[in-house]
Amino acid sequence: MDGPEHVFDDRTPGVGEHEPTATYLSYTVGLGLAILATIASFVVSQTDWLWSPGIPVGLIVLAFAQIGVHLVFFLHLGSGPDSTNNVLALAFGVLIVFLVITGSVWIIANLNSNMMPMSP
Amino acid sequence: MTLAEIDRAPNEVSSERARGRGGGGPAPKRIVVAYGFWIFILSDMVMFSALFAAYAVMLGNTAGGPTGAELFNIRSAFIETMCLLLSSYTCGLGALSAERRDPARFLIFAACTFALGAAFLFIEVTEFAGMVEKGAGPSRSGYLSAFFTLVGTHGIHVASGLIALVYLVAQVIAKGLQAAVLRRLLCWSLFWHALDIVWIGVFTLVYLWAT
Repeated sequence: MDGPEHVFDDRTPGVGEHEPTATYLSYTVGLGLAILATIASFVVSQTDWLWSPGIPVGLIVLAFAQIGVHLVFFLHLGSGPDSTNNVLALAFGVLIVFLVITGSVWIIANLNSNMMPMSP
Repeated sequence: MTLAEIDRAPNEVSSERARGRGGGGPAPKRIVVAYGFWIFILSDMVMFSALFAAYAVMLGNTAGGPTGAELFNIRSAFIETMCLLLSSYTCGLGALSAERRDPARFLIFAACTFALGAAFLFIEVTEFAGMVEKGAGPSRSGYLSAFFTLVGTHGIHVASGLIALVYLVAQVIAKGLQAAVLRRLLCWSLFWHALDIVWIGVFTLVYLWAT
């Protein structure tokens, strides 16, 4: 084999010993992006810069963006072959979380709209 | 270069060099431990998702009591968010210093992480106490029960994280940065980052949604 003798272990989420991506700089970049997303979501919720029916959508988008920043810069989940297992486990977790939240909200909203009207 | 090598996609890794895919024997203990802890964190996220769902369902059920918009102080929520975010940052730097066998730096970052986490917890407990004093405790309405359960569970996680951090720092001082301690530190930093991710959901869905 001519290529470099580099063994691709599974990567752990979090910091890894031989990890080129985990440096003080990458954490600082992640912190900067996360602070930007946080300030943006507080500004969006407290001002009317965004069309008001669009504010919830804006908040959800910013929350997902910040979660993405945390996963990449703080937990070092990547697209490389060494973090396949971690990303697959995360994908399964996200599926369950999605099912629990949307399923509950959907079912209860449905039950609620089928309730007998209660006289006050 | 053989034909087989030319055939292979440029980024593909041969199985004998990618140990995590079954070639070359089992993965090192550090990888196995952290992966197991990762699975635990994901199951913790599933538990939090049930609490988030309960909160979303209970959002309108205030039973004539105070709503979130009347109770929450957006400025203290922002300070809490920044405390937790910065503590996540110093936790990452601390874990990196530990990886680089730099105990002095690790201790400084661990102290920052503890102080920021404790500040977060202090603000949260003060807020809770103020709400209970105003008669808006968890027994006031279904909405407030869901609120205290969701935010309180996160707070209990932060508190247990702080206790675990003290325990880990004691281990680093007593035993030094040996492999077993480094594994525990790695798991702890995963836990702390995960709590910050849950907090993103809390401040978005609870505090910003209400105001």
